[in-house]
Amino acid sequence: MSSKDKGWKEIAPAGVSPKSSIGFMTGDWKTYMPVRDLEKCTTCLMCVLYCPEGAVRWRPEMGKIEFDYSFCKGCGICANECPTKAITMKLPEKEDE
Amino acid sequence: MKSDVKQETLALNGDEAVAYAVKQSDVDVVAAYPITPQTIMVEKFSEYVANGEVETEFVCTESEHSAMAASISASATGARAFTATASAGLALMHEMLFVASGCRTPVVMAVANRALSAPLNIHGDHSDTMAERDSGWVQIYVENAQEAYDSVIQAFRIAEHTSVLLPVLVGLDGFTLSHTLENVTALSDADVKEFIGERKLINVLTHEGKSVPFKLDPDNPMTMGPIALQNYYFEFKRQQEEGMKNALALIRQVHDEYAKLSGRSYGNGLVEKYQLDDAEIAVVCVGSTAGTMKTVVDELRAEGVKAGLLKLRTFRPFPVEEIQNALGKVHAVGIMDKSMSFGGNGGAVFHEVRHALYDLAERPLVVDYIYGLGGRDYNPKEFKKIFNELRQIAHSKRVHKLVNFTGLRE
Amino acid sequence: MATTQEWKITAKDIAEKPDILMPGHRACAGCGPAHALRLVMKAIRGPTIVTEATGCMEVVTSIYPYTSWAVPWLHTAFETSAANASGIEAALKVLKRKGKLKQEHVDVIAIAGDGGTFDIGFQALSGAVERGHDFLFVLYDNEAYMNTGIQRSGGTPMGAATTTTPAGSVMPGKLQHKKPIADIMVAHGMEYVASASPYYWKDLLQKVRRGLEVEGPAFLHLFAPCPRGWRTDPAKTINYSKLAVESCVFPVYEVVNGKYTLSTPSKLIALAPQKKKPVADYLKGQGRYRHLFAPQNKHMLDEIQRWTDERWAKLQQKVEQTA
Ligand SMILES: Cc1ncc(C[n+]2csc(CCOP(=O)(O)OP(=O)(O)O)c2C)c(N)n1
Ligand code: SF4
Ligand code: SF4
Repeated sequence: MSSKDKGWKEIAPAGVSPKSSIGFMTGDWKTYMPVRDLEKCTTCLMCVLYCPEGAVRWRPEMGKIEFDYSFCKGCGICANECPTKAITMKLPEKEDE
Repeated sequence: MKSDVKQETLALNGDEAVAYAVKQSDVDVVAAYPITPQTIMVEKFSEYVANGEVETEFVCTESEHSAMAASISASATGARAFTATASAGLALMHEMLFVASGCRTPVVMAVANRALSAPLNIHGDHSDTMAERDSGWVQIYVENAQEAYDSVIQAFRIAEHTSVLLPVLVGLDGFTLSHTLENVTALSDADVKEFIGERKLINVLTHEGKSVPFKLDPDNPMTMGPIALQNYYFEFKRQQEEGMKNALALIRQVHDEYAKLSGRSYGNGLVEKYQLDDAEIAVVCVGSTAGTMKTVVDELRAEGVKAGLLKLRTFRPFPVEEIQNALGKVHAVGIMDKSMSFGGNGGAVFHEVRHALYDLAERPLVVDYIYGLGGRDYNPKEFKKIFNELRQIAHSKRVHKLVNFTGLRE
Repeated sequence: MATTQEWKITAKDIAEKPDILMPGHRACAGCGPAHALRLVMKAIRGPTIVTEATGCMEVVTSIYPYTSWAVPWLHTAFETSAANASGIEAALKVLKRKGKLKQEHVDVIAIAGDGGTFDIGFQALSGAVERGHDFLFVLYDNEAYMNTGIQRSGGTPMGAATTTTPAGSVMPGKLQHKKPIADIMVAHGMEYVASASPYYWKDLLQKVRRGLEVEGPAFLHLFAPCPRGWRTDPAKTINYSKLAVESCVFPVYEVVNGKYTLSTPSKLIALAPQKKKPVADYLKGQGRYRHLFAPQNKHMLDEIQRWTDERWAKLQQKVEQTA
């Protein structure tokens, strides 16, 4: 419990949720992150369809896909299912020490 | 009290009186499962449905557990929902009773009070509803079929009021009331409809950042009944308690309004005082026993005994102040308990009434009489004996036996 | 059936649809049920209300104050998913009749895990189907009670180690076979029963759509690997959903008014039986079956293969008999 949690008079009854989980980043769960080789990607979109998180986004206006690392849990499904092996799971590069 | 509206007198038993009230209450969904002594309610209502006398969607579920789940979900969808049960059926609903109150779904339920197994017994006592007194439901107990009819109508107003938003249970004694024919005076359909009105919904803030009516609506999506952990669960429970607190005032208000319309009243809606003003000894009882008890009090009064009666109509929320005011000056009080709290040193009514009196500087001596379990009959003679004991207690200022069993063979 | 036209869909169509089961849910990495339900919700056709049984998917998507549901959603208890759907549907019906419903029609989807379907929720499901409520019941089958820590259910397959059927020195995991839930639902005389596996995403989406189009109860059995409970590599979740079909452990099919049809992935195997993979191909690599590969448990492997073959043969017979 933290002091920023609301009091009983302030919250809607019956547990009606006031926030969308889009505000809850699960990206820091991952150890490995998917990295895509643009040359190999045929935009078949299998990664978009198979990601359990909805963390691979299809951007039709740009004609490409994008990883949303703030939700990606690093499961590796996208890399595993990519028919052209365009995705590899990599350890994030360490930030400057 | 007089009523200015046209009413009709019908010969109905308690179950039929409930079904008739539901028929008039513009209920959207009835989800129920039959159990003695509630069966007549569902059968009667099924007839209304079969004959097109109601617009209600009747869901005859495969269990009481599902009946309560369907009532909750119908209510969550914005519908007015009703169900009815008894005994084992209520016990099977147990889990869902807490969900109904926790989800703030104002379901109304009639319970034809009946004993709980084992041994199996289909007759009346209060074991079923008293076991659910902490489930977050408003509990109203009635004295006769007329009060059952009147109370079901009031229950919708109470449950759905935005300051309460809690499920309401109306308890009527199995067989004694459920199956006994009485003259019941009924309001017109139009008057009932107007009295209850349309269900009003509170507005809640959703994850979309919008303040919208509290219901499952694809235009305004919301998440109901989520998981709330250590950081929030407690706050939701506190909200429910506030609903109960508000119900205390609202039950009186709705009762008074209804009394004005119908000409019928039951004390102040929470408790009914009978010959209590100058009483030295008194009993407290719940449900149909009050009828018998009133005749006993009358007899005693004729004999010059200052006896009185407090009928507890509303058990949840518990009317502490009313009880203090009604019984504070009495010397000895006997509590009539039609259920046991095994190992609890007395029944539920005893515990609560005695607890309510504790804070008074001067308070009566209070003893418990457990009676009528499994439909065991009782009679005025036995009740008179109770008053006699109370006189002795008042006189000697001593209680020999705190918890007594009345009408039991040794 | 109300279906008039096949729902033609491409990967792009689905990729462009918003996520109704939104990101930020707390399912384990590589969660099969979360993936399957994300797909299910891509197939809705209009205003929809979802109700869900207690279980992993309910918990990970609704931890207050957050919700992952972009549509109205209700949870009441573990065993009540179908009963909830009954009440919601009844309410919608009467509100519509009274002119109090804004929408022309609202679809109702009830979701439950195998515990909430095969076991504790079965009575409510059977009752709701018998009463004929218009709703789609989606069973996401991860083959055990995962939310409470991987205990057996009526949907747990033979040999699987769970925390209540641990692989011990005298008991090699669960001793009973999986309950044939889809057949049981077919026996209710429902208009639409289907099984689907997430690798075959298009098949799955189309079945959701067909289930929604049915005017009455429809039942969808989804295969949903759980890396945590199965002790499998999270990256292989989709892979297992493919292997299960290829080994005929989980054939995909539809039963429309009692008429069985194999869906394409399974039909291809029926047409070319040599393509059918041994169950061992599917079982190996899953931690829950590891003990079966010890020499003393060979009889278990044999029995699983025998039972799988028998069920597959029976399924094909039903296809023929009801053709
Ligand atoms: C009446 C009741 N009994 C037991 C539980 C504990 N419980 C919660 S979820 C669950 C298992 C859910 O299993 P399943 O339906 O397979 O869904 P999963 O968690 O695997 O997704 C159990 C046993 C409960 N919540 N309610
Ligand atoms: S690694 Fe898993 S969570 Fe991350 S984008 Fe790929 S499929 Fe999605
Ligand atoms: S335990 Fe299994 S089903 Fe539950 S969230 Fe994790 S992966 Fe999903």
